[in-house]
Amino acid sequence: MALDIVSKYRSGLIAVFLIVFQSGAWGLPQVYQKPSDFLRSSFGEIPPTRGISLTQSQQSRVRSILGKNYHQKVIRYWASNERCAFILEAVGKTELITTGYVIDQGKIESVKVLVYRESHGSEVARSFFTHQFRGRSLGSDNRLDQQPRNIAGATLSVRALTKMARLALYLETLR
Amino acid sequence: MSFASIFLALGGIVAFSLPVKSQDLLVAPGVEQADELDSSFLNPQSPKQPGLFDRLGIGSYGELHLNQGDKNEIDFHRLVLFLNYRYTDRIRFVSELELEHALSGDGKPGELELEQAYLEFAFDHGWVLRAGQYLLPLGILNEVHEPETFYGVERNGIETQIIPTTWWEAGLLVSKETESGLGFDFGIHSGLSIATNGSQAFNIRSGRQKVAKADASNYAASARIRYNALAGLSLTAFANFQEDVTPSSVEQNTATLLGASALYQRGGLQLRALVADWKIRGSAFQVSGSDHQSGYYFEPSYRWYRAIARLAFLRGLEHTTFTRVRCNKQTRSVLGSTSGPMKTLL
Repeated sequence: MALDIVSKYRSGLIAVFLIVFQSGAWGLPQVYQKPSDFLRSSFGEIPPTRGISLTQSQQSRVRSILGKNYHQKVIRYWASNERCAFILEAVGKTELITTGYVIDQGKIESVKVLVYRESHGSEVARSFFTHQFRGRSLGSDNRLDQQPRNIAGATLSVRALTKMARLALYLETLR
Repeated sequence: MSFASIFLALGGIVAFSLPVKSQDLLVAPGVEQADELDSSFLNPQSPKQPGLFDRLGIGSYGELHLNQGDKNEIDFHRLVLFLNYRYTDRIRFVSELELEHALSGDGKPGELELEQAYLEFAFDHGWVLRAGQYLLPLGILNEVHEPETFYGVERNGIETQIIPTTWWEAGLLVSKETESGLGFDFGIHSGLSIATNGSQAFNIRSGRQKVAKADASNYAASARIRYNALAGLSLTAFANFQEDVTPSSVEQNTATLLGASALYQRGGLQLRALVADWKIRGSAFQVSGSDHQSGYYFEPSYRWYRAIARLAFLRGLEHTTFTRVRCNKQTRSVLGSTSGPMKTLL
Protein backbone atom coordinates (compact mmCIF):
# COMPACT_ATOMS: atom_id res chain seq x y z
CA MET A 1 0.00 0.00 0.00
CA ALA A 2 2.76 2.38 0.99
CA LEU A 3 4.50 1.50 -2.24
CA ASP A 4 1.45 2.48 -4.26
CA ILE A 5 1.39 5.85 -2.56
CA VAL A 6 5.04 6.34 -3.40
CA SER A 7 4.34 5.55 -7.05
CA LYS A 8 1.38 7.88 -7.18
CA TYR A 9 3.22 10.85 -5.76
CA ARG A 10 6.63 10.34 -7.23
CA SER A 11 6.71 13.66 -9.02
CA GLY A 12 5.81 15.25 -5.71
CA LEU A 13 8.60 13.39 -3.97
CA ILE A 14 11.19 14.62 -6.42
CA ALA A 15 10.01 18.20 -5.92
CA VAL A 16 10.35 17.93 -2.13
CA PHE A 17 13.80 16.49 -2.60
CA LEU A 18 14.96 19.55 -4.53
CA ILE A 19 13.41 22.08 -2.16
CA VAL A 20 15.45 20.65 0.72
CA PHE A 21 18.49 21.68 -1.24
CA GLN A 22 17.44 25.18 -1.98
CA SER A 23 17.41 25.92 1.72
CA GLY A 24 21.05 24.96 2.10
CA ALA A 25 23.57 27.75 1.74
CA TRP A 26 27.00 27.44 0.21
CA GLY A 27 29.67 27.45 2.84
CA LEU A 28 32.54 24.96 2.81
CA PRO A 29 34.99 24.63 4.47
CA GLN A 30 33.87 23.78 7.97
CA VAL A 31 35.91 25.76 10.50
CA TYR A 32 35.67 24.04 13.89
CA GLN A 33 38.14 26.33 15.60
CA LYS A 34 40.35 29.13 14.33
CA PRO A 35 44.07 28.34 14.58
CA SER A 36 44.57 31.39 16.80
CA ASP A 37 41.79 30.23 19.15
CA PHE A 38 43.29 26.74 19.23
CA LEU A 39 46.63 28.19 20.37
CA ARG A 40 44.97 30.46 22.93
CA SER A 41 42.96 27.59 24.40
CA SER A 42 46.07 25.38 24.52
CA PHE A 43 48.52 27.94 25.97
CA GLY A 44 46.37 30.77 27.36
CA GLU A 45 47.96 33.10 24.81
CA ILE A 46 49.58 32.78 21.40
CA PRO A 47 53.24 31.90 21.93
CA PRO A 48 55.87 33.24 19.50
CA THR A 49 55.90 31.48 16.14
CA ARG A 50 58.94 29.31 15.55
CA GLY A 51 59.91 27.21 12.58
CA ILE A 52 61.61 23.90 11.89
CA SER A 53 63.58 23.76 8.66
CA LEU A 54 63.98 20.14 7.62
CA THR A 55 67.40 18.80 6.60
CA GLN A 56 67.77 16.12 3.92
CA SER A 57 67.83 13.25 6.42
CA GLN A 58 64.92 14.68 8.39
CA GLN A 59 62.99 15.10 5.16
CA SER A 60 63.52 11.41 4.36
CA ARG A 61 62.15 10.45 7.78
CA VAL A 62 59.14 12.67 7.07
CA ARG A 63 58.74 10.81 3.77
CA SER A 64 58.67 7.49 5.58
CA ILE A 65 55.94 8.83 7.87
CA LEU A 66 53.77 10.55 5.27
CA GLY A 67 54.68 8.59 2.18
CA LYS A 68 55.73 11.90 0.62
CA ASN A 69 57.33 15.21 1.54
CA TYR A 70 55.41 17.64 3.70
CA HIS A 71 54.14 20.39 1.43
CA GLN A 72 56.08 23.10 3.27
CA LYS A 73 59.85 23.22 3.74
CA VAL A 74 59.61 25.12 6.99
CA ILE A 75 57.05 23.91 9.49
CA ARG A 76 55.73 26.34 12.08
CA TYR A 77 55.23 25.49 15.73
CA TRP A 78 54.38 27.22 18.98
CA ALA A 79 55.91 26.29 22.31
CA SER A 80 55.70 27.18 25.94
CA ASN A 81 58.05 25.37 28.36
CA GLU A 82 57.90 21.63 27.60
CA ARG A 83 54.68 21.77 25.61
CA CYS A 84 54.47 22.60 21.94
CA ALA A 85 51.77 22.76 19.29
CA PHE A 86 51.81 22.03 15.57
CA ILE A 87 49.10 22.97 13.11
CA LEU A 88 49.48 20.52 10.25
CA GLU A 89 47.72 19.93 6.97
CA ALA A 90 47.18 16.69 5.07
CA VAL A 91 44.88 15.62 2.26
CA GLY A 92 42.12 13.20 3.28
CA LYS A 93 40.64 12.10 -0.02
CA THR A 94 40.92 15.25 -2.10
CA GLU A 95 40.97 18.16 0.34
CA LEU A 96 43.33 19.42 3.03
CA ILE A 97 42.41 18.75 6.64
CA THR A 98 43.93 21.30 9.04
CA THR A 99 44.56 19.82 12.49
CA GLY A 100 46.16 21.09 15.68
CA TYR A 101 48.31 18.82 17.84
CA VAL A 102 49.62 19.63 21.31
CA ILE A 103 52.63 17.52 22.31
CA ASP A 104 53.98 17.32 25.84
CA GLN A 105 57.34 15.55 26.27
CA GLY A 106 56.93 12.99 23.51
CA LYS A 107 53.27 12.29 24.13
CA ILE A 108 50.17 13.70 22.46
CA GLU A 109 48.21 15.85 24.86
CA SER A 110 45.35 16.84 22.58
CA VAL A 111 44.20 16.77 18.96
CA LYS A 112 41.72 19.21 17.45
CA VAL A 113 40.50 19.30 13.85
CA LEU A 114 40.43 23.00 13.00
CA VAL A 115 39.32 23.13 9.35
CA TYR A 116 37.60 20.28 7.51
CA ARG A 117 37.12 20.58 3.76
CA GLU A 118 36.09 17.08 2.62
CA SER A 119 32.43 16.39 1.87
CA HIS A 120 32.52 13.11 3.83
CA GLY A 121 34.18 11.71 6.92
CA SER A 122 33.78 14.67 9.27
CA GLU A 123 33.37 12.18 12.15
CA VAL A 124 37.16 12.46 12.58
CA ALA A 125 36.58 15.94 14.00
CA ARG A 126 34.49 14.59 16.84
CA SER A 127 35.95 14.12 20.28
CA PHE A 128 35.16 10.36 20.44
CA PHE A 129 37.70 9.97 17.69
CA THR A 130 40.33 12.60 18.57
CA HIS A 131 40.43 11.52 22.25
CA GLN A 132 41.98 8.26 21.10
CA PHE A 133 45.24 10.09 20.37
CA ARG A 134 45.73 11.28 23.95
CA GLY A 135 48.90 9.92 25.55
CA ARG A 136 50.09 8.30 22.31
CA SER A 137 53.80 8.32 21.50
CA LEU A 138 55.92 7.33 18.52
CA GLY A 139 57.60 3.92 18.35
CA SER A 140 60.93 3.25 16.63
CA ASP A 141 59.00 1.89 13.64
CA ASN A 142 57.42 5.34 13.05
CA ARG A 143 54.06 4.04 14.25
CA LEU A 144 51.92 5.15 17.14
CA ASP A 145 52.18 2.92 20.23
CA GLN A 146 48.45 2.34 19.93
CA GLN A 147 46.47 2.76 16.73
CA PRO A 148 43.21 4.69 16.56
CA ARG A 149 40.21 2.69 15.53
CA ASN A 150 39.02 3.24 12.01
CA ILE A 151 35.73 4.89 11.10
CA ALA A 152 33.99 3.14 8.23
CA GLY A 153 33.42 5.60 5.40
CA ALA A 154 36.08 7.95 6.76
CA THR A 155 39.16 5.74 6.32
CA LEU A 156 41.16 8.25 4.31
CA SER A 157 40.49 11.05 6.81
CA VAL A 158 41.44 8.72 9.69
CA ARG A 159 44.70 7.92 7.88
CA ALA A 160 45.40 11.61 7.34
CA LEU A 161 44.93 12.44 11.03
CA THR A 162 47.05 9.46 12.05
CA LYS A 163 49.88 10.44 9.70
CA MET A 164 49.81 14.00 10.99
CA ALA A 165 49.91 12.71 14.59
CA ARG A 166 53.04 10.71 13.79
CA LEU A 167 54.54 13.71 12.02
CA ALA A 168 53.82 16.00 14.98
CA LEU A 169 55.46 13.55 17.39
CA TYR A 170 58.51 13.33 15.16
CA LEU A 171 58.76 17.09 14.66
CA GLU A 172 58.61 17.59 18.40
CA THR A 173 61.89 15.69 18.73
CA LEU A 174 63.56 18.15 16.32
CA ARG A 175 62.76 21.41 18.06
CA MET B 1 39.37 -24.89 1.42
CA SER B 2 39.18 -26.42 -1.99
CA PHE B 3 41.19 -23.82 -3.77
CA ALA B 4 44.14 -21.68 -3.06
CA SER B 5 44.23 -18.25 -4.48
CA ILE B 6 46.97 -15.82 -5.11
CA PHE B 7 46.21 -12.21 -5.34
CA LEU B 8 48.42 -9.55 -6.79
CA ALA B 9 47.35 -5.98 -6.40
CA LEU B 10 48.91 -3.85 -9.05
CA GLY B 11 49.94 -0.47 -8.02
CA GLY B 12 47.50 -0.18 -5.16
CA ILE B 13 45.22 2.72 -4.81
CA VAL B 14 46.49 6.06 -5.87
CA ALA B 15 44.73 8.63 -3.74
CA PHE B 16 43.25 11.56 -5.53
CA SER B 17 45.47 13.97 -3.83
CA LEU B 18 45.65 17.31 -5.42
CA PRO B 19 49.24 18.39 -5.69
CA VAL B 20 50.11 21.15 -3.29
CA LYS B 21 53.22 22.99 -4.30
CA SER B 22 56.07 23.33 -1.85
CA GLN B 23 56.41 26.86 -0.75
CA ASP B 24 58.86 28.66 1.41
CA LEU B 25 57.37 30.11 4.48
CA LEU B 26 58.28 33.26 6.29
CA VAL B 27 58.75 32.53 9.95
CA ALA B 28 58.30 35.81 11.71
CA PRO B 29 59.96 35.87 15.09
CA GLY B 30 57.73 37.01 17.88
CA VAL B 31 54.01 36.98 18.11
CA GLU B 32 52.29 36.45 14.79
CA GLN B 33 49.17 38.47 14.32
CA ALA B 34 46.17 36.23 14.99
CA ASP B 35 44.44 37.26 11.78
CA GLU B 36 47.50 36.55 9.67
CA LEU B 37 47.90 33.20 11.37
CA ASP B 38 44.28 32.26 10.76
CA SER B 39 44.26 33.31 7.14
CA SER B 40 47.47 31.36 6.44
CA PHE B 41 45.61 28.18 7.39
CA LEU B 42 42.10 29.06 6.26
CA ASN B 43 43.34 30.01 2.78
CA PRO B 44 46.22 27.59 2.32
CA GLN B 45 46.21 27.73 -1.47
CA SER B 46 48.46 30.23 -3.11
CA PRO B 47 46.59 33.35 -4.21
CA LYS B 48 47.07 32.64 -7.91
CA GLN B 49 44.27 30.90 -9.83
CA PRO B 50 44.64 27.12 -9.38
CA GLY B 51 45.82 25.54 -12.62
CA LEU B 52 44.66 22.41 -14.41
CA PHE B 53 46.83 20.11 -12.32
CA ASP B 54 45.57 21.64 -9.07
CA ARG B 55 42.05 20.75 -10.13
CA LEU B 56 42.59 17.38 -11.77
CA GLY B 57 42.76 14.12 -9.83
CA ILE B 58 43.84 10.84 -11.41
CA GLY B 59 43.82 7.43 -9.73
CA SER B 60 44.03 3.79 -10.72
CA TYR B 61 44.04 0.23 -9.46
CA GLY B 62 44.16 -3.22 -10.97
CA GLU B 63 43.55 -6.83 -9.94
CA LEU B 64 45.18 -9.91 -11.45
CA HIS B 65 43.57 -13.11 -10.12
CA LEU B 66 44.97 -16.63 -10.17
CA ASN B 67 42.41 -19.23 -9.04
CA GLN B 68 43.47 -22.83 -8.67
CA GLY B 69 41.52 -25.85 -7.46
CA ASP B 70 37.87 -25.80 -8.52
CA LYS B 71 38.96 -23.91 -11.59
CA ASN B 72 42.40 -23.22 -12.95
CA GLU B 73 42.19 -19.75 -14.28
CA ILE B 74 44.19 -16.58 -14.50
CA ASP B 75 42.26 -13.42 -15.14
CA PHE B 76 43.11 -9.74 -15.20
CA HIS B 77 39.86 -9.09 -13.39
CA ARG B 78 39.82 -5.32 -13.64
CA LEU B 79 41.83 -2.23 -14.41
CA VAL B 80 40.23 0.96 -13.17
CA LEU B 81 40.87 4.59 -14.00
CA PHE B 82 39.53 7.42 -11.86
CA LEU B 83 39.33 10.91 -13.24
CA ASN B 84 38.15 13.79 -11.05
CA TYR B 85 37.97 17.47 -11.72
CA ARG B 86 37.31 20.19 -9.20
CA TYR B 87 35.52 23.17 -10.72
CA THR B 88 35.25 25.10 -7.47
CA ASP B 89 35.65 24.28 -3.79
CA ARG B 90 32.06 23.06 -3.81
CA ILE B 91 31.52 21.57 -7.23
CA ARG B 92 33.44 18.64 -8.59
CA PHE B 93 33.16 15.95 -11.21
CA VAL B 94 33.93 12.32 -10.33
CA SER B 95 34.30 9.44 -12.78
CA GLU B 96 35.43 5.83 -12.73
CA LEU B 97 36.09 3.87 -15.90
CA GLU B 98 36.77 0.14 -15.72
CA LEU B 99 37.99 -2.55 -18.08
CA GLU B 100 36.89 -5.98 -16.77
CA HIS B 101 38.46 -9.29 -17.79
CA ALA B 102 41.07 -7.70 -20.05
CA LEU B 103 39.32 -8.11 -23.40
CA SER B 104 36.05 -6.50 -24.39
CA GLY B 105 34.02 -6.82 -27.56
CA ASP B 106 31.43 -9.09 -29.19
CA GLY B 107 31.67 -12.58 -27.74
CA LYS B 108 34.66 -11.61 -25.63
CA PRO B 109 34.66 -12.20 -21.85
CA GLY B 110 35.28 -8.63 -20.79
CA GLU B 111 33.47 -5.33 -20.64
CA LEU B 112 34.43 -1.70 -20.71
CA GLU B 113 32.21 0.02 -18.16
CA LEU B 114 31.50 3.50 -16.92
CA GLU B 115 30.94 2.83 -13.21
CA GLN B 116 30.46 6.37 -12.00
CA ALA B 117 30.18 9.80 -13.54
CA TYR B 118 28.52 12.49 -11.50
CA LEU B 119 28.68 16.07 -10.40
CA GLU B 120 28.89 16.59 -6.67
CA PHE B 121 27.73 19.77 -4.97
CA ALA B 122 28.80 20.37 -1.37
CA PHE B 123 26.56 22.63 0.69
CA ASP B 124 26.76 24.02 4.16
CA HIS B 125 25.95 21.93 7.22
CA GLY B 126 27.20 18.66 5.69
CA TRP B 127 24.69 18.47 2.84
CA VAL B 128 25.95 16.93 -0.39
CA LEU B 129 24.08 16.45 -3.67
CA ARG B 130 25.18 14.09 -6.40
CA ALA B 131 23.67 14.24 -9.86
CA GLY B 132 24.52 11.73 -12.56
CA GLN B 133 25.53 8.10 -12.46
CA TYR B 134 26.58 6.97 -9.00
CA LEU B 135 27.10 3.86 -6.85
CA LEU B 136 24.10 3.05 -4.69
CA PRO B 137 24.66 3.41 -0.92
CA LEU B 138 23.79 -0.23 -0.15
CA GLY B 139 25.87 -2.75 1.79
CA ILE B 140 29.52 -2.51 2.81
CA LEU B 141 31.30 -2.96 -0.51
CA ASN B 142 29.18 -1.28 -3.15
CA GLU B 143 30.51 2.25 -2.79
CA VAL B 144 34.00 1.36 -1.61
CA HIS B 145 34.96 -1.82 -3.45
CA GLU B 146 38.70 -1.49 -3.97
CA PRO B 147 40.42 -4.85 -3.37
CA GLU B 148 42.34 -3.62 -0.32
CA THR B 149 39.11 -2.90 1.55
CA PHE B 150 37.92 -6.52 1.84
CA TYR B 151 39.49 -9.89 2.57
CA GLY B 152 39.89 -12.65 0.02
CA VAL B 153 40.40 -12.56 -3.71
CA GLU B 154 36.77 -12.48 -4.76
CA ARG B 155 34.01 -10.42 -3.20
CA ASN B 156 31.63 -12.25 -0.89
CA GLY B 157 28.60 -14.02 -2.37
CA ILE B 158 25.96 -11.92 -0.60
CA GLU B 159 27.35 -8.70 -2.02
CA THR B 160 27.43 -10.30 -5.43
CA GLN B 161 24.11 -12.14 -5.76
CA ILE B 162 21.77 -10.36 -3.31
CA ILE B 163 23.26 -6.85 -3.45
CA PRO B 164 24.59 -6.91 -7.01
CA THR B 165 27.87 -5.10 -6.24
CA THR B 166 29.11 -3.09 -8.09
CA TRP B 167 25.67 -1.56 -8.63
CA TRP B 168 25.27 1.87 -10.15
CA GLU B 169 22.25 3.79 -11.40
CA ALA B 170 21.59 7.30 -12.68
CA GLY B 171 19.66 9.96 -10.80
CA LEU B 172 20.04 12.21 -7.79
CA LEU B 173 21.47 11.39 -4.38
CA VAL B 174 21.37 13.62 -1.34
CA SER B 175 23.60 12.92 1.67
CA LYS B 176 23.95 14.56 5.03
CA GLU B 177 26.28 14.03 7.93
CA THR B 178 25.48 15.36 11.37
CA GLU B 179 27.78 16.35 14.19
CA SER B 180 26.34 13.54 16.29
CA GLY B 181 27.78 10.84 14.03
CA LEU B 182 24.53 10.08 12.26
CA GLY B 183 24.43 10.29 8.50
CA PHE B 184 21.88 9.51 5.84
CA ASP B 185 21.64 9.15 2.09
CA PHE B 186 18.55 9.25 -0.08
CA GLY B 187 18.47 8.81 -3.82
CA ILE B 188 15.99 8.56 -6.65
CA HIS B 189 17.37 6.74 -9.64
CA SER B 190 16.89 4.29 -12.50
CA GLY B 191 16.05 0.68 -11.70
CA LEU B 192 16.57 -3.00 -12.43
CA SER B 193 15.22 -4.97 -15.38
CA ILE B 194 15.09 -8.64 -14.37
CA ALA B 195 14.37 -11.31 -16.98
CA THR B 196 11.45 -13.69 -16.33
CA ASN B 197 12.62 -16.33 -18.80
CA GLY B 198 15.87 -17.62 -20.21
CA SER B 199 19.01 -18.68 -18.40
CA GLN B 200 19.16 -15.51 -16.30
CA ALA B 201 15.49 -15.60 -15.27
CA PHE B 202 14.78 -14.04 -11.86
CA ASN B 203 18.46 -13.31 -11.35
CA ILE B 204 18.85 -9.95 -9.60
CA ARG B 205 22.48 -9.47 -10.59
CA SER B 206 21.68 -9.93 -14.26
CA GLY B 207 18.92 -7.34 -13.88
CA ARG B 208 21.37 -4.45 -13.66
CA GLN B 209 20.94 -2.33 -16.75
CA LYS B 210 24.16 -0.42 -16.05
CA VAL B 211 22.56 2.78 -17.37
CA ALA B 212 23.29 1.56 -20.90
CA LYS B 213 20.27 2.56 -23.00
CA ALA B 214 18.37 1.42 -19.93
CA ASP B 215 14.60 1.19 -19.60
CA ALA B 216 13.49 4.30 -17.71
CA SER B 217 9.74 3.75 -17.56
CA ASN B 218 10.00 2.99 -13.85
CA TYR B 219 11.88 4.57 -11.01
CA ALA B 220 13.69 3.23 -8.01
CA ALA B 221 14.90 4.74 -4.75
CA SER B 222 17.59 3.99 -2.19
CA ALA B 223 18.02 5.12 1.40
CA ARG B 224 20.62 4.51 4.06
CA ILE B 225 21.16 5.57 7.65
CA ARG B 226 24.68 5.44 9.12
CA TYR B 227 25.72 5.56 12.73
CA ASN B 228 29.41 6.21 13.40
CA ALA B 229 29.48 7.85 16.81
CA LEU B 230 31.42 5.23 18.80
CA ALA B 231 35.10 4.50 18.24
CA GLY B 232 35.54 1.37 16.17
CA LEU B 233 31.84 0.78 15.57
CA SER B 234 29.93 1.52 12.39
CA LEU B 235 26.31 0.54 11.80
CA THR B 236 24.14 1.05 8.74
CA ALA B 237 20.60 0.20 7.72
CA PHE B 238 19.64 0.48 4.08
CA ALA B 239 16.71 -0.01 1.74
CA ASN B 240 16.03 -0.03 -1.96
CA PHE B 241 12.65 0.18 -3.62
CA GLN B 242 11.93 -0.75 -7.23
CA GLU B 243 8.66 0.30 -8.83
CA ASP B 244 8.81 -2.54 -11.35
CA VAL B 245 11.79 -4.88 -11.75
CA THR B 246 10.34 -6.41 -14.93
CA PRO B 247 9.56 -3.49 -17.26
CA SER B 248 9.53 -5.85 -20.25
CA SER B 249 6.78 -8.10 -18.84
CA VAL B 250 3.08 -7.32 -18.46
CA GLU B 251 2.94 -8.00 -14.74
CA GLN B 252 4.15 -5.22 -12.45
CA ASN B 253 6.66 -6.61 -9.96
CA THR B 254 7.53 -4.15 -7.23
CA ALA B 255 10.51 -5.10 -5.15
CA THR B 256 12.01 -4.02 -1.83
CA LEU B 257 15.47 -4.67 -0.50
CA LEU B 258 16.09 -4.22 3.22
CA GLY B 259 19.44 -4.74 4.88
CA ALA B 260 21.84 -3.82 7.62
CA SER B 261 25.57 -3.96 8.23
CA ALA B 262 27.85 -3.76 11.24
CA LEU B 263 31.59 -3.25 11.53
CA TYR B 264 33.49 -3.41 14.77
CA GLN B 265 37.22 -2.99 15.20
CA ARG B 266 39.32 -3.25 18.30
CA GLY B 267 43.10 -3.56 17.98
CA GLY B 268 43.78 -6.18 15.32
CA LEU B 269 40.34 -7.72 15.69
CA GLN B 270 37.61 -6.84 13.24
CA LEU B 271 34.08 -8.17 12.95
CA ARG B 272 31.95 -7.57 9.90
CA ALA B 273 28.36 -8.63 9.44
CA LEU B 274 25.80 -7.97 6.75
CA VAL B 275 22.24 -9.08 6.08
CA ALA B 276 20.21 -8.31 2.95
CA ASP B 277 16.72 -9.38 2.01
CA TRP B 278 14.73 -8.91 -1.21
CA LYS B 279 10.97 -9.28 -1.42
CA ILE B 280 9.60 -9.23 -4.94
CA ARG B 281 5.87 -9.15 -5.60
CA GLY B 282 4.03 -10.84 -8.42
CA SER B 283 2.99 -14.33 -9.47
CA ALA B 284 5.95 -14.92 -11.82
CA PHE B 285 8.45 -14.62 -8.97
CA GLN B 286 6.19 -16.49 -6.55
CA VAL B 287 5.77 -19.48 -8.87
CA SER B 288 9.50 -19.75 -9.50
CA GLY B 289 10.24 -19.47 -5.77
CA SER B 290 12.36 -16.36 -6.27
CA ASP B 291 10.02 -13.87 -4.62
CA HIS B 292 12.19 -13.90 -1.51
CA GLN B 293 15.95 -13.74 -1.98
CA SER B 294 18.11 -13.09 1.04
CA GLY B 295 21.41 -13.82 2.69
CA TYR B 296 23.82 -12.84 5.40
CA TYR B 297 27.49 -13.17 6.26
CA PHE B 298 29.59 -12.87 9.34
CA GLU B 299 33.33 -12.27 9.09
CA PRO B 300 35.71 -12.15 12.06
CA SER B 301 39.31 -11.33 11.20
CA TYR B 302 42.56 -10.62 12.98
CA ARG B 303 45.34 -8.40 11.67
CA TRP B 304 48.83 -9.32 12.86
CA TYR B 305 51.14 -6.40 12.70
CA ARG B 306 53.10 -6.17 15.94
CA ALA B 307 53.99 -9.85 16.19
CA ILE B 308 54.98 -10.03 12.55
CA ALA B 309 57.14 -6.90 12.73
CA ARG B 310 59.51 -8.71 15.11
CA LEU B 311 60.55 -11.00 12.29
CA ALA B 312 62.94 -8.78 10.40
CA PHE B 313 62.45 -10.38 7.00
CA LEU B 314 58.71 -9.78 7.20
CA ARG B 315 59.02 -6.18 8.27
CA GLY B 316 56.92 -3.86 6.19
CA LEU B 317 54.33 -6.57 5.56
CA GLU B 318 51.16 -7.19 7.46
CA HIS B 319 49.07 -10.33 7.64
CA THR B 320 45.43 -10.89 8.31
CA THR B 321 43.67 -14.14 9.05
CA PHE B 322 39.95 -14.13 8.39
CA THR B 323 37.03 -16.46 8.25
CA ARG B 324 33.71 -15.76 6.63
CA VAL B 325 30.49 -17.69 7.10
CA ARG B 326 27.86 -16.82 4.57
CA CYS B 327 24.40 -18.12 3.95
CA ASN B 328 22.05 -17.50 1.09
CA LYS B 329 20.71 -20.66 -0.49
CA GLN B 330 23.24 -22.72 1.42
CA THR B 331 25.76 -22.06 4.13
CA ARG B 332 29.38 -21.80 3.06
CA SER B 333 32.44 -20.83 4.98
CA VAL B 334 35.83 -19.59 3.93
CA LEU B 335 39.07 -19.48 5.87
CA GLY B 336 41.78 -17.30 4.46
CA SER B 337 44.81 -15.19 4.96
CA THR B 338 46.02 -12.08 3.23
CA SER B 339 49.44 -10.48 3.23
CA GLY B 340 50.50 -7.19 1.86
CA PRO B 341 52.48 -4.03 2.40
CA MET B 342 51.74 -2.41 5.71
CA LYS B 343 49.09 0.28 5.53
CA THR B 344 50.11 3.57 6.94
CA LEU B 345 47.02 3.56 9.13
CA LEU B 346 47.88 0.50 11.20
